[in-house]
Amino acid sequence: MKILVCISNVPDTTSKITFTNDNTTFNTAGVQYIINPYDEIALSKAVDLAAATNGTVTAITVGDAGTEPTIRKALAIGADNAIRIDALPADAWFVANQIATYARDNNFDLILTGRESIDYNSAQVAAMLGELLGIPSVSVAKGLQVSNGQANIEREIEGGKEMLTSSLPVVVGTAEGVAEPKIPNMRGIMGARSKPLEVIPPATVDPLTKIKSYATPPSRGSVNLIDEDQVEQLVNLLHNEAKVI
Amino acid sequence: MSVLIYIENTEGQLKKSAFEAASYGKAIAEQLQTEAIAISIGNVQDDQIQKLGSYGISKVLNVSTDTLKSFVNQAYASIIASAAKKENASVVILSNTFSGKGLAPRVAAKLSAGIVSGASGVPQISGDTFEVQTSAFSNKAIATVSVQSVIKVLTVNPNAFPAKETGGSTTIEAYTPDIAQADLSTVVQEIVRATDTISLPEAEIVVSAGRGLKGPENWAMIEELAQVLGAATACSKPVSDAGWRPHSEHVGQTGIVVSPNLYIAIGISGAIQHLAGVSSSKTIVVINKDPEAPFFKVADYGIVGDAFVIVPKLIEALKKHKGN
Repeated sequence: MKILVCISNVPDTTSKITFTNDNTTFNTAGVQYIINPYDEIALSKAVDLAAATNGTVTAITVGDAGTEPTIRKALAIGADNAIRIDALPADAWFVANQIATYARDNNFDLILTGRESIDYNSAQVAAMLGELLGIPSVSVAKGLQVSNGQANIEREIEGGKEMLTSSLPVVVGTAEGVAEPKIPNMRGIMGARSKPLEVIPPATVDPLTKIKSYATPPSRGSVNLIDEDQVEQLVNLLHNEAKVI
Repeated sequence: MSVLIYIENTEGQLKKSAFEAASYGKAIAEQLQTEAIAISIGNVQDDQIQKLGSYGISKVLNVSTDTLKSFVNQAYASIIASAAKKENASVVILSNTFSGKGLAPRVAAKLSAGIVSGASGVPQISGDTFEVQTSAFSNKAIATVSVQSVIKVLTVNPNAFPAKETGGSTTIEAYTPDIAQADLSTVVQEIVRATDTISLPEAEIVVSAGRGLKGPENWAMIEELAQVLGAATACSKPVSDAGWRPHSEHVGQTGIVVSPNLYIAIGISGAIQHLAGVSSSKTIVVINKDPEAPFFKVADYGIVGDAFVIVPKLIEALKKHKGN
């Protein structure tokens, strides 16, 4: 099976999020970058599926040269080769079109993404890719198996789960439950250095959205601490002051 | 011109988030001085659909067919996009639910429309400018996004925009677009519903617990507290990682993001990743024995003390409150 895994380069989950240039630009100073945690799940699943089917895993990212440590890590975890489309990811439409352009020429059986990236959280690329390629997509998968030329997918729904089958190729956005994230071992890290990482130029695509500015969320007032022997007071406050019960 | 709103149902019953999406779409339609039109797909009876009239929806396209009784991502997206063209919609609204996440980007791609997921508040519209806010960096920032396409697609989070009844009635139009075989590539085999619990993303009250509970055997009091409050239960990442609770309860940056009216955190220290998933809650209550727990910094109310003592007291106090 030939699998494509889409990788986002995102700030570490503990990063302090600040902005520069009059709050128009994310301040990257001192920020550590990682593979988007959901993409790590996708990649780990892909490596297992490829191992079971004598297949291959290609990792792809849209980003500048600064993303190469992240894509090398994807190779260390077990991708066979990597593609970097040399452009800044302007919006989901731009990214999906770049990946679709590459995928169209390379006949993958399965395309995996994380359910969303932890920077822009829009959860759009998987479904857009499906649409651009004219193939099915499942956006928040908790389970994925492939057998007899079809995918068996467990999808999260409000208050339960849905089991569905899909023809291949399919795009699947993976969430927790699909696979345990793999940690690269020393052999993987050494091997990653010699695995092919191809840099290709972007297709011409106009983004459809643009972030004009950022703000930090309004902070809450200071906490109203209630004595542990006065639990009734908390109930009263929730009822009369916060009006939430 | 119009605003088109996709209305979700669960087994023929319109979802709470669907009424919220309707009200959100209506608010934008008023701003654009145009009609709010809805589309429903599945087996939804007219008496359900009629309810949308009092939320300001003037017309509902009803696609009622057994083929689409359960969710088929591609077919639904094709239908919503063709309805948007038929009604000359300039804005298309969907709920940012699990199904909505699968649908909205496909609808947007079909319409070459710019899309903003989890839009908060109505957009600022003037002339060719269309700007709307959404959260970014897992709730650690708010981004103002400018949408530059002719048609715009917005999704709205459950609980983010209140459903508003204004009175009125709606006309129902049976809509029977062609469904391409290629759009039926996914088939639902089985749906498993947790019958006695409340859906976490849609819950108005969430009771969440962390490692301070010491072990899965101690969750009975959390469940009882949730039951008294009519709340959904949730947990922190270490708890679901340890297998004490299912992943579907994990709230945080890499889990589910919730915005209930009331979030009660018990025995959760408040790591930045957890806070990212709950910071848009309207009221936060923290119960923790460590007065230095970072969660207290973002809480509205707090009690410093032992959860095993406080939670049973809280359950009693709430029962008494409900009794009055």
